[in-house]
Amino acid sequence: MKAIRIVAVSILSSGAVLSMGAGLLAPYNYAAQFREHANEPPSRKFLLGTDPLGRDRFSRLLYGSRVSLFCAPVAALIATALSAGIGLVAGYFGGWANEFASGLTDLFLSLPWLFVLLTLRALLPLNLSPWPSIAATFLLLAAVGWASGARIVSASVTSMRTAAAVLQARAYGCSNGRVLRIHILPNLKPVLSAQFWILVPVFLLTEANLGALGLGVAEPMPSWGNMLAELQNYQRVAESPWILAPALFLFLVVASLHFAVSGSTTWE
Amino acid sequence: MGIGLRTGVLVLSALACASAQSGSELRFCLRADPKTFDPLLAEEEPSDAVRFLTGGVLIRFNRQSQQLEPELAQSWTVRDHGKRIDFLLRRNVRFSDGTPFGPADVVAVVRRIMDPNLHSGIADSFRSTGGDIRAELSGPNEVSMFFSAPVAGLELLFDQLAISSSRARMPQNAVLGPFMLTEYKAGQYVLLRRNPYYWKTDSSGKNLPYLDSVRLDIQANRETELLRFRRGELQLVDKLEPEAYQRLHKEAPSTVRNAGPSLDAEFFWFNQAPDAPFPAYKRGWMQSKLFRRAISAAVNRDDIIRLVYRGYARPAAGPASPANSLWANSKLTPQRYDPQLARKLLQEDGFRLDGEGLRDREGNAVEFSLITNAGSTTRTQIGAMLQQDLKKIGIRLNFTPIEFQSLIERITRTQQYEACLLGLSNTEIDLPNSQMNVWLSSGALHAWNPKEPKPATSWEAEIDRLMQTQHTEMDRKARKAAFDRVQELIAEQAPIVYLVHPDVLVAVSPAVRNAAPSALPPHLFWNIESLWLAGTGQRRKN
Repeated sequence: MKAIRIVAVSILSSGAVLSMGAGLLAPYNYAAQFREHANEPPSRKFLLGTDPLGRDRFSRLLYGSRVSLFCAPVAALIATALSAGIGLVAGYFGGWANEFASGLTDLFLSLPWLFVLLTLRALLPLNLSPWPSIAATFLLLAAVGWASGARIVSASVTSMRTAAAVLQARAYGCSNGRVLRIHILPNLKPVLSAQFWILVPVFLLTEANLGALGLGVAEPMPSWGNMLAELQNYQRVAESPWILAPALFLFLVVASLHFAVSGSTTWE
Repeated sequence: MGIGLRTGVLVLSALACASAQSGSELRFCLRADPKTFDPLLAEEEPSDAVRFLTGGVLIRFNRQSQQLEPELAQSWTVRDHGKRIDFLLRRNVRFSDGTPFGPADVVAVVRRIMDPNLHSGIADSFRSTGGDIRAELSGPNEVSMFFSAPVAGLELLFDQLAISSSRARMPQNAVLGPFMLTEYKAGQYVLLRRNPYYWKTDSSGKNLPYLDSVRLDIQANRETELLRFRRGELQLVDKLEPEAYQRLHKEAPSTVRNAGPSLDAEFFWFNQAPDAPFPAYKRGWMQSKLFRRAISAAVNRDDIIRLVYRGYARPAAGPASPANSLWANSKLTPQRYDPQLARKLLQEDGFRLDGEGLRDREGNAVEFSLITNAGSTTRTQIGAMLQQDLKKIGIRLNFTPIEFQSLIERITRTQQYEACLLGLSNTEIDLPNSQMNVWLSSGALHAWNPKEPKPATSWEAEIDRLMQTQHTEMDRKARKAAFDRVQELIAEQAPIVYLVHPDVLVAVSPAVRNAAPSALPPHLFWNIESLWLAGTGQRRKN
């Protein structure tokens, strides 16, 4: 188990290093179109061949990995923070705060995510350059992805509220803020950590789904999502298996995250 | 597997399947269930296909010769400057239920057309002149139709008007076309059997159609459709993607055909609506002819054709495709790729390069957004190519595919967009009449500035005048001259920047005989009564 975890963490670290160093490692700009070299197979010049517009697939994969690997954890962090905030208030204060937070959580859990994202995406300004568009896409993911985590946090806090340490702290006159900060939040670390690691692959896959629908990260910026859209044509996959590279990357990262997290749960 | 071996397998499987079929049943796919079997209500492609296969019409437009041909009407005469048309009907014609066809059936169809509760595109074409349309019996086999105003291109309208029996409870129960509806399983198939009373015969006197039946399988997935064609389960595939066409061409060259440029066009336009919610300086660019022409000159159409369509498209000079020989203005040539000309036109218009970016005369950076419908690989690729082409002249293009309903809302109601990339699937041969709503400045589909209270520019006023002229003019040459001038004005002013007309790429099984794919819809079965399948006991014996 430990060996698998080490391999998983190594894959994740290598992926992070490769993608963060895209600016240095990528032989070409991700948007550069070599129109005379469209649809070429892998070669020395183009390590993973070129796409239908003559863009270097290897460079796009590195930049696309940067987008996905950087933005998904950031979005997961935001969603986890939202879960923590809402869950803490609901679980600790109870009463109307709990009812309000529960109602909000139920509402967000009952929403069909994909359609909400499509609607919110349609409301964004059109004149967004690639990076704000990416940020907006992942912020939207965070904005709709906090609800299940909030419910778990709320349940955990409710049980902690009557714990001896918390009751003693309150008896000693500790303020609610201090109780939450010192006595409850640290005990939520395993729950929040698990939530974060669950959300990262979920957001990676959701961005991939949005990209496959043509609604993810905007052209010409690559992401795993918009690169995976090409795989809808299975005949092309059979003829040019190297176009599976982003799918392979996605699989490796999601699987590595799983093993890294389950490893950490086992060992901690 | 090598190409040769794969070809062998394909041919063998096609032959094996053909010989295994009972009788001569032609199979191909519809992309969705037909929404109606009432020929007057058919508007979308699946219903149109069924209407074409089952409906008998008075006059047929031959998709190959592009000439009108008599069908149920033996002859016709247009009188009173296009306000009246007299038909002499064919004798001894029977509906598929064996009942006789006569002028009363034509009169009944015209009465249905005039029903204001009938929400039908075909009826709308007839009612476009406003006022009443009357039909009267003028003899035992004669019928006359009267219009309140002249209708240009009147005869062409009858190509879509299927005549149903005035006695049948449902219009689809008694038809005059080569096939009749026998079975329909929602989501699965539509089965059409040969109409035993069909009136047409071939040159040797044999009754048509040759085929016993046509089975239309409902199949939305294009990959599955292709797979089934490869297995020999289908004999026709319409509108192949260029990549699939190339692949099939490699495997079995005899199965694919390029019917030439379609009537469809891909294009983009700038939003010139005065109340569009974006800065006034941007509206100034978009309302400038020089700016629009510069953008058009900066677009590399040849690269779009080579990379996006793999060579299977033609550069577009305007709305009329070269496939539409009746209306295309042959004097117009597509704008060639000329970034130098683009820079010159922009300079004339007061734009200047500042480093690598372009600025207008007030110093604003030139940047705009282009929307299109999400999910279209073709348009996503065109958008990415436009980004690179415009970058070369210093313009930053933000390309944003959005969900289709949101796009329609923006271009028709809220006007919250700067430029839009779309395509138009054209099925109408009479292009000027079918696009009145697009070119008249008051039209709801006047893309760049819909529903203008009065023409915003002198050239739009001229287009209005020319479109009205062609709409009421009876002389075809005069109509053509008016629409030619409209096309010239569109090319000069570039309110819509036309990009390409994609080719009609189709697949036809080698077993299908007499297939003659046409660039005009329906591409594959416009001559359905003449098609037959080899290896199924030859043509049906009479």
